Amino acid sequence: MTPWTTVIKPKTGIFDIDLSELWRYRDLVFMFVHRDFVAQYKQTILGPLWFLLQPLFSTIIFTIIFSNVARIPTDNVPPFLFYMAGTVVWGYFSNCFNATSTTFVTNAAIFGKVYFPRLVMPLSTVISRFIMFAIQFVFFLVFYGYFLAKGAPLAPNTWIFALPLLLLQMALMGLGFGVLISSLTTKYRDLTFLVSFGVQLWMYATPIVYPLSQVPEKYRLLMYCNPMTVVVEMFRFSFLGQGTINLLSIGLSWAVTLGVLGLGVVLFSRVEKTFMDTV
Amino acid sequence: MPETVIKIENLWKQYRYGVVSHQYLFKDVQSWWAKIRGREDPNARISSLNPVSVPDSKDTNVNADRFWALKDINLEVKQGELLGIIGSNGAGKSTLLKVLSRVTAPTKGSVKVKGRIGSLLEVGTGFHPELTGRENIFLNGAILGMRKNEIKKKFDEIVAFAEVEKFIDTPVKRYSSGMYVRLAFAVAAHLDPEILVVDEVLAVGDIKFQNKCLGKMGSISKDEGRTVLFVSHNMSAISRLCQSGICLDSGQIEFNGMVENAISRYLRQLKRPAALANNNVKIDVSFTDKYGEPFSSWNYNEILKIHLGIQFKVTVKHPAVHITFRSEDGALVYSYQTEHTENKTNTQKECDIKECTFEFEIQNTGLMCDTISVDIGIAANKDMKLIGVWQSIEIIPISRAKYEKQSIYTPLFYLPTQFDIINSKK
Repeated sequence: MTPWTTVIKPKTGIFDIDLSELWRYRDLVFMFVHRDFVAQYKQTILGPLWFLLQPLFSTIIFTIIFSNVARIPTDNVPPFLFYMAGTVVWGYFSNCFNATSTTFVTNAAIFGKVYFPRLVMPLSTVISRFIMFAIQFVFFLVFYGYFLAKGAPLAPNTWIFALPLLLLQMALMGLGFGVLISSLTTKYRDLTFLVSFGVQLWMYATPIVYPLSQVPEKYRLLMYCNPMTVVVEMFRFSFLGQGTINLLSIGLSWAVTLGVLGLGVVLFSRVEKTFMDTV
Repeated sequence: MPETVIKIENLWKQYRYGVVSHQYLFKDVQSWWAKIRGREDPNARISSLNPVSVPDSKDTNVNADRFWALKDINLEVKQGELLGIIGSNGAGKSTLLKVLSRVTAPTKGSVKVKGRIGSLLEVGTGFHPELTGRENIFLNGAILGMRKNEIKKKFDEIVAFAEVEKFIDTPVKRYSSGMYVRLAFAVAAHLDPEILVVDEVLAVGDIKFQNKCLGKMGSISKDEGRTVLFVSHNMSAISRLCQSGICLDSGQIEFNGMVENAISRYLRQLKRPAALANNNVKIDVSFTDKYGEPFSSWNYNEILKIHLGIQFKVTVKHPAVHITFRSEDGALVYSYQTEHTENKTNTQKECDIKECTFEFEIQNTGLMCDTISVDIGIAANKDMKLIGVWQSIEIIPISRAKYEKQSIYTPLFYLPTQFDIINSKK
């Protein structure tokens, strides 16, 4: 007698996630990444060029409004680079969050017909948005090099080597908040509306259009509770040499990130087995 | 003795209505607000469909909005078995397959499985219209659980089976629906799972491709020793393909055994007398052979006798009966309307009638379908308005043993034919 390979039971423990199974389906993750990338731009004229136009236009608008009109200081960094750094980083997080928060609802048709570990979907979303981010990041480096050559007061430092960790944190954060919201949206569909405009408000609670140094000291701790604050400030600090960070804030932001991710994954695994009955 | 590869033990699956309808936070707040003001809940369900009581629960109030789609299913499937799953709509076939393919979790009980389950509940799940056939083969294969290397190895075989060699680098949105279905089935059929679960998916292709798929499923089981679970409403496909069958009825296994017996059980299930009455008229109908005896199948040349008693709620003038036979695939094979024939009913022209009885004798002059389903309509008065219609009130199996060998095709009718060779030269 060979042993049973699969036992299908009603939903059980709290942390019921089979990571080895997720690993077996790694090909599928990349297949979805490929699909997203190809399908999104196949019939557009400019194709992947859109990846570059989005941050470019946002940066130009931000530079005009917040720097030239509102005259918010950017700590001696050229405003264009300052806003571009913020836009590119924030763009990745908000894209991940927006896209993964609708995982169950947008994929109801396919989830209803075939089984695969449901976490494959949000994972592939985070990866495919990363490709988009990478292209935008290179674009940022082009402008960065230009300003550097012009002799702008930029002070890149060793923190640049922490960049992979920073990107990982951003990805985990987008994934965590996304799966958390997506698990809740199986019951409360109107949370999706909250997400799309909540993300906009969140951007203003994050130092994207202003430096953290402009925030009064007494509100700093509150700002640090937002894990994106530290990510944005660290990114700016490592490349531009301007930013307000300390080890405590980094620790706090990682704690929030991992906490949200853990809660999100637990909720996700509770919902994934039976959500087909409620969607 | 082949090994048991699927073991289903005390499987229950419950669906809820009440909770499901509350998908909006706004509505929850609305219900809550109405409750506070002592008003009626604007989102309350009018009535629950077919509430089935929970046998092991004491709290009866909770059960009103719940419904058991599967009730205590116990089943063992052996390796290499080709199991047909039949039953009428809502019997729980699809729910069973969904639980087996892990799309939804059971409420109670367990399913133990040996090997990988490949499920084909729908054709072309996850196909993306913008991607080419080639890209979709890889995507669909991965969705069904194949590794990239496995797909690469099978790629040429899949393309050949689907007959889409020329269009493999065309986006599938330009495919005809036939090509689309062929490609999707081809991917799933080459999945090489130890257990293949197939829901009613072949209905879409043409006859030639349907036969090819049935053949493929047969060889998966016979030559490769894999297990196939097949759901279909097409009885001839089930009987051709499967050796054993289960017949489901309102969430329970009503029969488990030889496929022929499962099918006849299912056909008998369909015959259960429905309420043959409406606000205008009530009928009472029986189907017998020419001696008034029950029969198992309607043979060539034999007489089918339909005895039809009709009671009208209010008196009518010149009642008439419409009888229609349809084959198992829905084709109209016979239709008869008494008002169009000059016979004895018409002599009662102007009388007011409250009750009457019709008796029909119909000869089988060579029907070639497997079963016919009988529809009966009652019309009356000068305008011959239909005042009652009942569809599929009886399914009658047809025996065509005597004339089956006339041709390699299956036409709708056999017409008695004689031939001589009157001139043959050397």
